[in-house]
Amino acid sequence: MKFGIMVNEGPYTHQASDSAYNFVAAALEKGHEIYRIFFYHDGVNNGTRLTTPPQDDRNIVNRWSALAEKHEIDLVICVAAAQRRGIADADESKRNGKDADNIAPGFRISGLGQLLEASIQADRMVVFGD
Amino acid sequence: MLHTVNKSPFDRNSLERCMRTCDKGSAILLIEDGVYGGIKGSVIEDKVKGAMKDVKIYALEADLDSRGIKGRVIDGIQLVDYNGFVDLTVEYDKVQSWL
Repeated sequence: MKFGIMVNEGPYTHQASDSAYNFVAAALEKGHEIYRIFFYHDGVNNGTRLTTPPQDDRNIVNRWSALAEKHEIDLVICVAAAQRRGIADADESKRNGKDADNIAPGFRISGLGQLLEASIQADRMVVFGD
Repeated sequence: MLHTVNKSPFDRNSLERCMRTCDKGSAILLIEDGVYGGIKGSVIEDKVKGAMKDVKIYALEADLDSRGIKGRVIDGIQLVDYNGFVDLTVEYDKVQSWL
């Protein structure tokens, strides 16, 4: 079965990023497909490579990147939510006249159309958030 | 339809609203702080038991365990792991997350 996932909460806030990750890992393990994970609202903070948690803590951002690489999962960050919160790739950084970008590997920045399309293409849409 | 509730009923009223509005034959899965809704002897226990006449109620075992309340769950609430969570989303045709 094809799953679309939406994450609306930042990492290290409550539990949404962990719940979403555990759900996605279990779904993949069972042979399901993850069509896309869409990060919206504070969820966009899951995609900054500058995150540096303590060594004995899980690295939520790296964990997403590794999962995306291993299973070729499309990790999409909402552009408007990202601009508000200072999440940028090279293009967005340049377009907005910023001096740096911070998007983590495996993530890309796009629009709400990607959420809509995922909810059309996927058999199930599961939302994690605050 | 599968409903997921992730906040404690003592923090927000999402579980109560969910139980009030969900259709007969649907299921509610308690996750994260939502698992506090499944605890025995709380002020919401009677409402949860009442809802269980019409809907199945599940709770995510890992979230009960991390809160130390796995042994205090209302009789009839079924515990599931993440594999069970995935299976529920397959079994029910839609998933509504109460956030």
